[in-house]
Amino acid sequence: MGMTIQTMMRDVLIALAPMVLSAIYFFHWYAVKQLLTCVAAALLAEMLFTRMRGRKANLGDLSAVVTGVILGLSLPGTAPWYVGVIAAAIAMGIGKIVFGGLGMNIFNPAMVGRAFVMIAFAGSMAASGYVASRLNIDIMSQATPLNAHKQLGAVVSLQSLFWGNTNGSLGETSALACLLGGLFLCIRRVASWEIPAGVLLSTFVIAGAANLMNLSSPWTVAHHLLGGALLFGAFFIATDPVTSPLTPGGKWIFGMGIGALVMLLRLFSGYPEGVMFAVLLMNSLTPLINRLTIPRPFGGV
Amino acid sequence: MTDGPTPTERFIQGILPENPVYRQLLGLCATLAVTNGLKPAMTMAVAVGFVLLSANVIISLIRNLLKPHLRIVVFTLTIAAFVTIVDRFLGAYMYQMSKALGPYIPLIIVNCIIICRCEVCASRQSVFTAAADAVGQTIGFGLALASIAVIRELLGTGMLAGIQVLPAAWPSWVIMVLPPGAFLTFGLLLGLINWVDAVKSAKQGRKG
Repeated sequence: MGMTIQTMMRDVLIALAPMVLSAIYFFHWYAVKQLLTCVAAALLAEMLFTRMRGRKANLGDLSAVVTGVILGLSLPGTAPWYVGVIAAAIAMGIGKIVFGGLGMNIFNPAMVGRAFVMIAFAGSMAASGYVASRLNIDIMSQATPLNAHKQLGAVVSLQSLFWGNTNGSLGETSALACLLGGLFLCIRRVASWEIPAGVLLSTFVIAGAANLMNLSSPWTVAHHLLGGALLFGAFFIATDPVTSPLTPGGKWIFGMGIGALVMLLRLFSGYPEGVMFAVLLMNSLTPLINRLTIPRPFGGV
Repeated sequence: MTDGPTPTERFIQGILPENPVYRQLLGLCATLAVTNGLKPAMTMAVAVGFVLLSANVIISLIRNLLKPHLRIVVFTLTIAAFVTIVDRFLGAYMYQMSKALGPYIPLIIVNCIIICRCEVCASRQSVFTAAADAVGQTIGFGLALASIAVIRELLGTGMLAGIQVLPAAWPSWVIMVLPPGAFLTFGLLLGLINWVDAVKSAKQGRKG
């Protein structure tokens, strides 16, 4: 096999390409700017903080680039430049290097950075611009589909959610791009298929139950599955091999826990979307899940 | 009763070498809770200082009467008396601040800095030493609170003690004045201080 950190990260970058392209297609200049800011800041932060620890920075393993791209894709394109820079610095510093660098971190670094700016700059994280390329409008600043649904009861068509011509963070809008990249990751075995499968399964079951209780709701199971950051989170954020469980059973538990928490946050919390918090919460349970699901060898005592 | 550090030593130790927050890691509940602004932080430092000084003096005066198995009860009752005075005083003269600090003023009763100083210093040493110890520890506590509060208030609101310092366009880092900001700031400052210490002792080791 010969899977090294570098080839793994290269595969992740290839898998992220559909999302990057769809982000540039739908959000134009805003996407380019946000992604470049995040990647550059992530690389600089990695170099700076590793130096502070008295180690040699190894930027060639591409892990900082991956964190930067995932972080950039999880931010809205219209967020000001300092949001990306601060998020990247927090992701690298407090999310990763503080714990001892790659492989030692408890929480997904990109999500640590995003959680920080989400709470620090709630205003600039909520507004997001979708550039309608067919219209003569430069940018439409409007609520994301989940936000519009939560506050106004508005419903976005499934086609928009599937192709991605709607509002949201850069990488999450196009379900098609997430599926393409995600399937590539699973086929290459860089991501374990059990985790996204668990996420989708439990989201499907809970969203289905919620739908059955309220049949007239226009926000269907399909909306829950395709909308928001669910697919992006399930395939690219939850599958981080460092912060997810090692055993197959543990991966199922981990994925289903994320799906359940996402639905809990979407249906009952003040936030429209809960993928970030769900992943971070389940990250903290990963050591426990690992412990509980250690396979017992046959005949072992 | 003459052994133990002198008053001057006690005074100096409290400020930096044995800083109650950064070196002894005591009183962290209050430290984390009230440092979202410079004003509440300084009010807390003064309140703790008053209670600490009064309790240290009283305990030191009655130290020969203390029974070993009852000493903690006596400490707590003495502290509680002075905390009640502070609490009533704030409620009467600084109502808004009293509201803002909420339960953290009554909670000074269980602030471990004070019990620690009563146990370590006041119950063993003379009144003068105990008073010097209390003043030193208070200055150390105040400096620690100020260091955290300045960072949190500046980044979180662009203000210092309620006065706009940074340009109005400063994007407030709301998280800094919320609880996570307290943990992050304290952790990073503590790490910084340990790092400086490590560098210093490494240099000394090379010389010696």
